[in-house]
Amino acid sequence: MLSKRIIPCLDVRAGQLTKGVKFQGNVDIGDPVEAARQYYEQGADEIVFYDITASADGRAIMIDVVRRVAETIFIPFSVGGGIQTLEEMRQVILAGAEKVSVNSGAVKNPDIIREGAKAFGSQCVVLGMDVKGVARTREIPSGYEIVIHGGRVYTGLDALRWAKEAERLGAGEICLNSIDADGTQDGYEIDLTSLISTNVSIPVIASGGAGKPEHLYDVLTRGHADAALIASMVHYRAYTIREIKNFLHDRGVKTRLAW
Amino acid sequence: MIAVVDYGAGNLTSVARALEYIGKPCRVTDDPEMLNRASHVIFPGVGAAGDAMENLRSRGLGRWLKGWFASGKPLLGICLGTQVIFDYSEENQTPCLGLIPGQVKRFPPDIEDEGRTLKIPHMGWNGVAFSRKHPVFNDLSREAEFYFVHTYYPAPAEAGHVIGRTEYGLTFCSAVAVRNLVAVQFHPEKSGTPGLKILENFCTWDGTYAE
Repeated sequence: MLSKRIIPCLDVRAGQLTKGVKFQGNVDIGDPVEAARQYYEQGADEIVFYDITASADGRAIMIDVVRRVAETIFIPFSVGGGIQTLEEMRQVILAGAEKVSVNSGAVKNPDIIREGAKAFGSQCVVLGMDVKGVARTREIPSGYEIVIHGGRVYTGLDALRWAKEAERLGAGEICLNSIDADGTQDGYEIDLTSLISTNVSIPVIASGGAGKPEHLYDVLTRGHADAALIASMVHYRAYTIREIKNFLHDRGVKTRLAW
Repeated sequence: MIAVVDYGAGNLTSVARALEYIGKPCRVTDDPEMLNRASHVIFPGVGAAGDAMENLRSRGLGRWLKGWFASGKPLLGICLGTQVIFDYSEENQTPCLGLIPGQVKRFPPDIEDEGRTLKIPHMGWNGVAFSRKHPVFNDLSREAEFYFVHTYYPAPAEAGHVIGRTEYGLTFCSAVAVRNLVAVQFHPEKSGTPGLKILENFCTWDGTYAE
């Protein structure tokens, strides 16, 4: 059977690694290529990069980072952050990323999902969803709304409807980030993750809120997530990936233990 | 020289980069003359069987691959490359190369594990149970896992051609070994150290295998 994937997330700004807390107060913690190599050697099942630089210069630096990462690690990795066009997707894939994640770019132009899936295959296209809990209304029946620009802009899109729509358009996977939980280290948003994961047939990566191994256990069991994104809990050396995987394994969650 | 067959089926740079990393640089080419000069040929691919077969046909590579297989020199299929070596794929009802007998089938939509419907594609890390020894699959830990991304799976007509099996709601063939041909459904170039080990083993294999 498939192992549940443990995926460190590296935020990159101008070619340097950062870790944001609630998208503010980022602190530089080093070289993304070196960090990727360490996580690869420590048993990461995949790596996610978010390029939080918006400028064209930043994009060029990121493409170089992607190329160097692809020469260094031999597991899948994805790149997201500000990707708006098919050409930007193409550059990232040609530089060596396995997958590209689109977020606000897909909210503004859902067709980029279809075009990306057609050009590169669904397995290359990840929909990144930033979600906030809101009151249930006719427009937002699930009580979860898609937000963009780091949670500052509400889109009026219902998270569950958007997830299904993205699947229909050809997204191969969903990376589901709870803005409410992000950076808290208090645990993933279990209800949200379960709602999305049980209503689509593509894999769902849970993101936002990981602080200890119990949180991963919860989201991979009760939350029905296929994979769990982690950041601070490994970036600041509170836990190693091996420790997290052993914890999960001991509780009956299948993880990849040999690498 | 190691050659990687380029037939417009997805991005082949990851295979080339992995070979570079293990010190076995390769040529990525669709030129049969260049391919003829290779000692080992890797036949990868990502995408759909229909497009792949069309691209192979238009470049004359289908016939070339049959000739190479018959020559006895080492051939490694990966993912879609593995699928199109069979007779037929359910994907776009595509007649394929027929290097070895068998079909490629779609995972049924209702496969389950512990009462939960499984997601398709089968994507992520999974184990492979190898049933026999083979030079290309030497020195792998029993716990090793490999990276898969696929909706269709090979179903060889001859059980003797199957060397590795994987569980995903059903048991499917994830590795094939027939004479000088080895073919895997997973991506060794994306499977960390065990995957690199398979590539390394392949690059030093002489193509002989006593079945």
